[in-house]
Amino acid sequence: MSGATALLQVENLVTRFNGHGSAVTAVDGVSFDIRPGEIFGLVGESGCGKSATCRSLIRLFGGAATEVAGGKILFDGIDLASLDDRGMEDVRGARIAMIFQDPMTALNPTMRIGDQIMEGLRRHRGLGRRAAREEAVRLLSSVGVTSPESRLGAYPHHFSGGMRQRVLIAIALACRPQLLIADEPTTALDVTIQDQILKLILRLRDETGMSVLMVTHDLGVVAQTCDRVAVMYAGRIAEMGETPQIFRRPAHPYTRALLDALPAHAGRGAKLKPIGGEPPNLAAPPPGCRFHPRCPHAADKCKQRLPELEMIEPGHGSACLRVKELGL
Amino acid sequence: MSAVATSPAATHAPLLDVRNLSKSFGENRSLLQLATGKPARVLQAVRNVSLAVRPGETLGVVGESGCGKSTLGRCIAGLYDPSAGEVLWQGKPLSAIGDRKAASRQIQMIFQDPYSSLNPRMSVEQTLEEVLKAHGLVEGGKARSERVEELLLTVGLPPRLKDRLPHALSGGQRQRVSIARALAVEPQLIVADEPVSALDASVQAQIINLFEELRDKFGIAFIFIAHDLNVVRHISHRIAVMYLGEVVELAEADALFDAPRHPYTKALLSAIPFPDPDRRTAAAGLEGELPDPLNPPAGCSFSTRCAWVEEACRARRPDLEQYSEGHLVRCRRMYEIA
Repeated sequence: MSGATALLQVENLVTRFNGHGSAVTAVDGVSFDIRPGEIFGLVGESGCGKSATCRSLIRLFGGAATEVAGGKILFDGIDLASLDDRGMEDVRGARIAMIFQDPMTALNPTMRIGDQIMEGLRRHRGLGRRAAREEAVRLLSSVGVTSPESRLGAYPHHFSGGMRQRVLIAIALACRPQLLIADEPTTALDVTIQDQILKLILRLRDETGMSVLMVTHDLGVVAQTCDRVAVMYAGRIAEMGETPQIFRRPAHPYTRALLDALPAHAGRGAKLKPIGGEPPNLAAPPPGCRFHPRCPHAADKCKQRLPELEMIEPGHGSACLRVKELGL
Repeated sequence: MSAVATSPAATHAPLLDVRNLSKSFGENRSLLQLATGKPARVLQAVRNVSLAVRPGETLGVVGESGCGKSTLGRCIAGLYDPSAGEVLWQGKPLSAIGDRKAASRQIQMIFQDPYSSLNPRMSVEQTLEEVLKAHGLVEGGKARSERVEELLLTVGLPPRLKDRLPHALSGGQRQRVSIARALAVEPQLIVADEPVSALDASVQAQIINLFEELRDKFGIAFIFIAHDLNVVRHISHRIAVMYLGEVVELAEADALFDAPRHPYTKALLSAIPFPDPDRRTAAAGLEGELPDPLNPPAGCSFSTRCAWVEEACRARRPDLEQYSEGHLVRCRRMYEIA
């Protein structure tokens, strides 16, 4: 991995949810890096730790008793894990921004759209009222909101889901972040609106050169937007590589099974190939490789040893003990 | 009246025949509107929909939020009374079967979120037994628990789970329970409203395979309502595309995907993020958003977003017309659109 050029470097991240007497390790030893201007995907099914990973980066856990229990998060030379809350606040919103799945709950329902956009401009960029207002109009029009000036006084409930997501993106971009974290940004939207928002994110990346961490469960979204991708399963990265590598030559049985399960990849009239069983309970994960109870290729060693991500070709790693013998 | 969809393979009389069905909801009037005597605005959720389902057939219904697909499903399942039009069951009005309960033995419904559609305080066994008792289907405790086990095995659940409460089941297992509940009355038609959209991809495929097994084993017909076009294409024989309460295109699944004729269907298909990085679509997609359903555009309802729109499209609402055998399109320019 090219550490020198990376904007964000995550090493061995461990995140725990502390419940009543028991702790769930949602993210268990995750490492990846994101380069400037790159769209990096984190893909996996519910509970795989993809959201917990991205929330760990900026310590936004919505009040849950969660702690980053280990690892390093280097962002543009700063170790985010070592920052105090005050220091984190200066990074969050200004240099790293985040958009969420549900744009309604992420916006303040009692505040006008314009005020919500201007809040960040005044706090982080120190603009005056008038300059902030002009900038807010410019931002709204850059995310495709028509007649932006008249929309400044509107409240979130006046807007459709797609429009709210555009407003949220405008707020996220207000301080020209170097990294945009997008957590399932289009999951709540209809397919034609999803298409609009994904193309908007691609265009803004090209225009501003920001990096994007795209968290999604949808392999279609990954294929259409991401430069590189990490596939997560049960709190760990199963496979990581450039998007075409992952789709053309999936090198982990889980990735392969996930791709095979898609209706778009099944032949006409052919039966779908689901993955048997269910993802493991993270409070008591299986020993060895976490995918072994569902893996058609599991051998004895898979039940004993936890596989690490190993490079199988430049830029393409797989955490499968049998990757070579299986010829994946 | 618009043409009722029948395909060349229609050897059977339709099981279900929906004719010119409309459903509107009145908006609550505000105090000001009451005082000034202003009439309440009416939301036409489903507008003049006609379609038929043959025994054992799966009809997919697709469209974006607010297009009326769920309302249509609920009207067919008898959960809403249609405002106009009729639903014929084997050629007779639904009311001729008997009361609501009798109708529900023929038509069952499955919902998106199995967590909110199952009683959280009832075990799997209690949930299924309740249906059997309510419909007086199986007499005697022993026979009933045998039937419950049989139902669980049919949907691929181990009978040892029968004492579990819904919260102790996974999402996929819960959806299997709601499918078992629907099967308990041995219906001929199941209306499934977004039955897999809350599930993860690996589990989604399990449930879709289960639907196909049930269709092959029991000859059950399905109305499969969903927004995920890849899923709908996989499972459906024919597909109806809805926009703003209307059916804008209805065709065999392959014909619809390979040669869509309505501009909205085309836009919808090109917006699917296809899981293949070699097939990235850079072309601009559909612009704008759904018009306000309380105030639909005059003429063609898609005219506000359509790339092929002409003056005449805004003047008159097009009918659903036959483009070819079994392929219906609601667009005046359907022959020009390649």
